[in-house]
Amino acid sequence: MSDLVAGWVERVRAAGAARSALRLRGGGTKDFYGGEPRGELLDTRAHAGIVNYEPTELVVTARCGTPLAELEAALAAQGQMLAFEPPHFGAQATVGGCIAAGLSGPRRASAGALRDYVLGVKLLDGKGDVLSFGGQVMKNVAGYDVSRLLAGSLGILGVILEVSVKVLPRPTSESTLRFELPQARAILTLNQWAATPLPISASAWRQGQLLLRLSGAEAAVRAAIERLGGDPLPDAEARKLWEGLREQTDPYFSGDTPLWRLSLPSKAASIEVEGEQLIEWGGALRWLRTSAAAGAVREAAHRAGGHATLFRAAEKSAGAFAPLPEVQRRLHRGLKTSFDPQGIFNPGRLYAEL
Amino acid sequence: MDAKPGCIDPERQRAVAAALRGFLPARAVLFEAEDTRPYECDGLTAYRALPMVVALPETEEQVQKLLKTCHAMGVPVVARGAGTGLSGGAMPSSSGVLLSMAKFMRVTRIDPVARVAVVQPGVRNLAISDVVAPFGLYYAPDPSSQIACTIGGNVGENSGGVHCLKYGLTVHNVLALRGYTVEGEPIQFGSEALDSPGLDLLALMIGSEGMLAVAVEVTVKLLPRPQLARVVMASFADVETAGDAVAAVIAAGIIPAGLEMMDRPATRAVEQYVGAGYDLDAAAILLCEADGTPEEVEEEIARMKEVLARAGATQLRVSQNEAERLKFWSGRKAAFPAVGRISPDYYCMDGTIPRKRLGEILRFIAEMEKKYGLACPNVFHAGDGNLHPLILYDANDPDQLRRTEAFAAEVLEKCVEVGGTITGEHGVGVEKINQMCAQFSAAELAAFRALKRVFDPHELLNPGKAVPTLARCAEYRGMHVRGGVLPHAELPRF
Repeated sequence: MSDLVAGWVERVRAAGAARSALRLRGGGTKDFYGGEPRGELLDTRAHAGIVNYEPTELVVTARCGTPLAELEAALAAQGQMLAFEPPHFGAQATVGGCIAAGLSGPRRASAGALRDYVLGVKLLDGKGDVLSFGGQVMKNVAGYDVSRLLAGSLGILGVILEVSVKVLPRPTSESTLRFELPQARAILTLNQWAATPLPISASAWRQGQLLLRLSGAEAAVRAAIERLGGDPLPDAEARKLWEGLREQTDPYFSGDTPLWRLSLPSKAASIEVEGEQLIEWGGALRWLRTSAAAGAVREAAHRAGGHATLFRAAEKSAGAFAPLPEVQRRLHRGLKTSFDPQGIFNPGRLYAEL
Repeated sequence: MDAKPGCIDPERQRAVAAALRGFLPARAVLFEAEDTRPYECDGLTAYRALPMVVALPETEEQVQKLLKTCHAMGVPVVARGAGTGLSGGAMPSSSGVLLSMAKFMRVTRIDPVARVAVVQPGVRNLAISDVVAPFGLYYAPDPSSQIACTIGGNVGENSGGVHCLKYGLTVHNVLALRGYTVEGEPIQFGSEALDSPGLDLLALMIGSEGMLAVAVEVTVKLLPRPQLARVVMASFADVETAGDAVAAVIAAGIIPAGLEMMDRPATRAVEQYVGAGYDLDAAAILLCEADGTPEEVEEEIARMKEVLARAGATQLRVSQNEAERLKFWSGRKAAFPAVGRISPDYYCMDGTIPRKRLGEILRFIAEMEKKYGLACPNVFHAGDGNLHPLILYDANDPDQLRRTEAFAAEVLEKCVEVGGTITGEHGVGVEKINQMCAQFSAAELAAFRALKRVFDPHELLNPGKAVPTLARCAEYRGMHVRGGVLPHAELPRF
């Protein structure tokens, strides 16, 4: 154990004894996400660096404080990538924060979510024990899958010290097409396309325009373009578009109107709530800018078979995440207590009671 | 070897059977030994125990009542699908109820537009792909026992198959589970949306070996069936070159749909069984599959051939049609039964290692063959580093059994030592519960046990499986296949 981690162990034990909250934080790029951060700062950035990267193993292991950009640059140098295209939301984003937030980007619907790529995690729990779950291999069914449980846990179960993720080769060819389609038609069309073997890697719809990214073998991309038609976007414009959606630097995301993230079954009908919508993930992700009451937005998402997160807003008294049914709440409380008996890690970040 | 001999308390048995018969028909509650005998083990026949009672409910309400009843009476419950598992995950408890989900065989809903199927847990893996085939869709994970194994069992074990490098495991292809807690309370994990609020309990459920809850409905993701698949069969003069070739394929940015290796003892064993046309002079052969649109497959096959040739392949053959592709695969898929024909018994291992350590592990296995005087043909899911070495022995010779157990233990511990795991896809069950002590620290095992108690405070769901107690860690046992015969011996195992 490094001196740094040994120091964290002492801090965790002291915080546990005093029952005082610790705020786990990397670059702070996702401070806006979830409940309001509180507690004494534990800055994870000093525990940094890529521990192991073997491109032919398709696995990289990095410490929590490693800048996400540094990790992605190392992968890109070998022609590889994080297939779930995680948003950074700022240059300071770290690997630990990325895993704890659990957010995936434009490629999610076709390549899978961040949690699908997590293979192993080293965790500092609330008792001050350093625990390893999963590993550096792709197939591993020894023990409960705690690594994936930690993906998106917002740090409430402990300090993610180190993570191993599966990586994939970058596609050899990429093109973006634009179509004019009203919302309902776009949703149906995206679902129909997804049921056929097309190399779709991202999609977005807004204001009557559907954008489709194709990635893969050159021949496959070429054949898909011929089949689908549409207007090809110049490469530079396309790159800017997908980056703007991933990083939410696109003009759609600017302004003060609360931003809701609705995760729905991909073919769910248009959401009838006043506000401007942007659709990603083949119809499964609907962004909504609205001042409508939280209850109305959550009810609409629930009726459509999904859930709504208050993603960015000045005021989050309605809770960032959709409330859980009672049995789920009980299990969440139990898991929180089993990893963090004194309730010191990121209290209130996921749910007020956790 | 029989595990703990069943000591069924007849009074308790009568009481539990009577309670279950309060809401289940008499034919759905079995307790006579002749009726419960078929349930005494799963695919791992070395471990057997007669269940106190076998229950075969047909409705969700009955499952719920069964759980409530057993919870109230403090009776362990072991859920079981088709019983094809290879780690004893469904081995019954002689003081518990074996909950067979075999009657839950309905495909509840298919949505070809949203590409999901909602099925009951007793639906067979392959049946899902069959029923959605008219829509050009399929369910991707394909464990070798897919003709018989059920989706409920796949969820319990996080089953893989030969295509998981590209298409993932069960955890990547299940969207939602609906079921009951040990107390009989309804619960849902996941949904048809791509994520859920809160902690990812769905991921935690998958591969939990029936120890956290009981599923009565599984929602799976369906994929468009690739238009075409072709396989390259490459021969190599030594196994390490073949291992390096696997790395070279990945380094070239190719993710094959399947990437499998067999060494010469394995190809020689299967060739006389299936006549697949394998190169018997090669020290190892690789099967490397491309799938997708015809354009993609053509481009990828050309690149694969080039990489494999450069990596030292002595012979390359590409399947020219679907019949030939299936023929190339036939020997790989029949590897276990074929080995069963040349040896009275065999012990199948399931370790996973980082691929770059393949050569080292193979050398280690060769040393162990000499050390213990036992042969060990090797078949691998080479693409994801999952090894299935098969130690050949004769169970009638107690010394051979002892040597086999020691051999296997050394190999699994070597897998952990090189950064791998004791089980890639067969599960821990009862079989590898001791090796868990080699892979995890006391604090990690304590964390697993604490997690179990969050879902199941009295440890009634599949007790004694997957996570050893520290006391248990002192013990060490192996397994063997009785008389070379697995139940469902007709099924390919790989």
